[in-house]
Amino acid sequence: MTPLGPYLEAREIFFYAATLAAVVLFIVGLKRLSSPATARMGNRYAAAGMLLAIGASVWETNAIGWWVILAGIVIGGAIGLFSALKVKMTAMPQMVALFNGAGGGAAALISTSEFFVAVFGRGSDALSLNLLVIVSLVVSAIIGAISFSGSIIAFLKLQEWMTGRPVTYKGQQAVNALLALVIVALALVIMATIGGVPWYWYVAMLVGALIFGVLFVLPIGGADMPVVISLLNSFTGVAVAITGFELNYQLLIVSGTLVGASGTLLTILMGKAMNRPLTNVLFGAFGSTGGMEPAGGASGGGPQNIRATSAEDVAVMLSYAQQVVVVPGYGMAVAQAQHSVRELADQLEKKGVTVKYAIHPVAGRMPGHMNVLLAEANVPYNQLYDMDDINPEFPRTDVALIIGANDVTNPAARNVPSSPIYGMPILDVDKASNVVVLKRSMRSGFAGIDNPLYEDPKTSMLFGDAKASVDGLVAAVKAL
Amino acid sequence: MTAITFIRDLFDLLLVFALAIFVGFEVISKVPTTLHTPLMSATNAIHGVVLVGSIFVVATVFGAHLNGALLTALAFAAVVLGTINVVGGFAVTERMLQMFKKKEPAKK
Repeated sequence: MTPLGPYLEAREIFFYAATLAAVVLFIVGLKRLSSPATARMGNRYAAAGMLLAIGASVWETNAIGWWVILAGIVIGGAIGLFSALKVKMTAMPQMVALFNGAGGGAAALISTSEFFVAVFGRGSDALSLNLLVIVSLVVSAIIGAISFSGSIIAFLKLQEWMTGRPVTYKGQQAVNALLALVIVALALVIMATIGGVPWYWYVAMLVGALIFGVLFVLPIGGADMPVVISLLNSFTGVAVAITGFELNYQLLIVSGTLVGASGTLLTILMGKAMNRPLTNVLFGAFGSTGGMEPAGGASGGGPQNIRATSAEDVAVMLSYAQQVVVVPGYGMAVAQAQHSVRELADQLEKKGVTVKYAIHPVAGRMPGHMNVLLAEANVPYNQLYDMDDINPEFPRTDVALIIGANDVTNPAARNVPSSPIYGMPILDVDKASNVVVLKRSMRSGFAGIDNPLYEDPKTSMLFGDAKASVDGLVAAVKAL
Repeated sequence: MTAITFIRDLFDLLLVFALAIFVGFEVISKVPTTLHTPLMSATNAIHGVVLVGSIFVVATVFGAHLNGALLTALAFAAVVLGTINVVGGFAVTERMLQMFKKKEPAKK
């Protein structure tokens, strides 16, 4: 399967030049993606690199089996393009999870095909496996399969086709550990015999890995989904890199490793933002044990002293403020309220109020989720502030307007050591002079923890769908 | 394959692997939160390069005349999934980035 033949022809030179160009385009593209001004260019660089790499590989293989490739690209391209263009901006995170799962599945299928080529082609030297190939084949199959099934569970959770809560049962960790042991044992036997075992051993290992992916994501709650998607993204990267070892092709190694490394870094950054080590995210079953108890007994079974308010009252408060900080969360995303929020900000700015947006690193269901939604509503990105930049502003802020965010504003993270989110950095909204919370109901947040903020005397609650509430505010501000 | 070529191949690949790890860390180490989602989406699209592996596998299967129903179906599915990853990944990233526009703050 090595693309390098015994002699070098013009076609080989073209192929290697295209590979090199693709690698450079990927790296430069990624670099450009780290600044808002050049990000679009960066994405196009990477896409150009991809087109080059695909073209070169078809050329290199003499387009053998071209009708399978053509049919696959037409069908896969139609599915990918259709879903990418149709998906609502709010459903973006689960879409990325699905695309990621597709990549992991492809890596697993490549390994599986290679394995069966060796099985059916037994006796032919050219098709026999060696140690490097069998080791990378088995490892990329396992990681790819875990990423595939794990991404599907992440999709189902975010799409709310299944519960977003952690799914736990007694002895879960023992079951997972046992399954992992079985997979590793099968993998070692397959490697040690260079694939010389009956084919169903391999299939058993693959099915085990698929089940493991499901079990691995099930106990992780929605609050941690951003971290999980990022982790699965880097899993697929690693699977692709190892596929590169299997096929002896550097392009796959470099690109897969780039994604694996950057994805790991992103995962670690997110873990840091939540002040929780990765092991805790993966094995802590967040929100299932601690979340059921009232936070530190402070609220004694649910909030008691809640002050509900009206759109008119809030409109007055906002219009006469010097500075308003908007704190968006998942509630804004589900209600598609971003355009109304922008309109409200415009109205307030007309009255001379300074409006800023506070973006917690894990607000919504994905890092940067809020930024994307607000950008869709044409909010200039220099009005968006990261947590560290906005927190010193709260004491100078007249109104903190919280639109469908919950856990990221929970002061229990700061002062209730028994709370499951204790230690997680939060937005210090309770330091503002007034806090207005737009919320559907008194249901607790995705992490399942009570929020003592709602009982703060400075806090008033405006219940209802976020979009309806914000539209009400816009009308009330206009009427003043 | 002799032991010598095997080890030489392995180290060639490991060298590339090690360098790519550092480049991967370096290239995104200073990314603002604003771009986390598009960046994740773009890296997601880049690992769609696995499609190239799918194309090689189709070539292996057909080249070795092993294109029976099972292997043709497996290789075909690998191409479909790889393409979904590539096309969907880049398209969704492009859509996200279309929304980033630089504007003056609306302060008077």
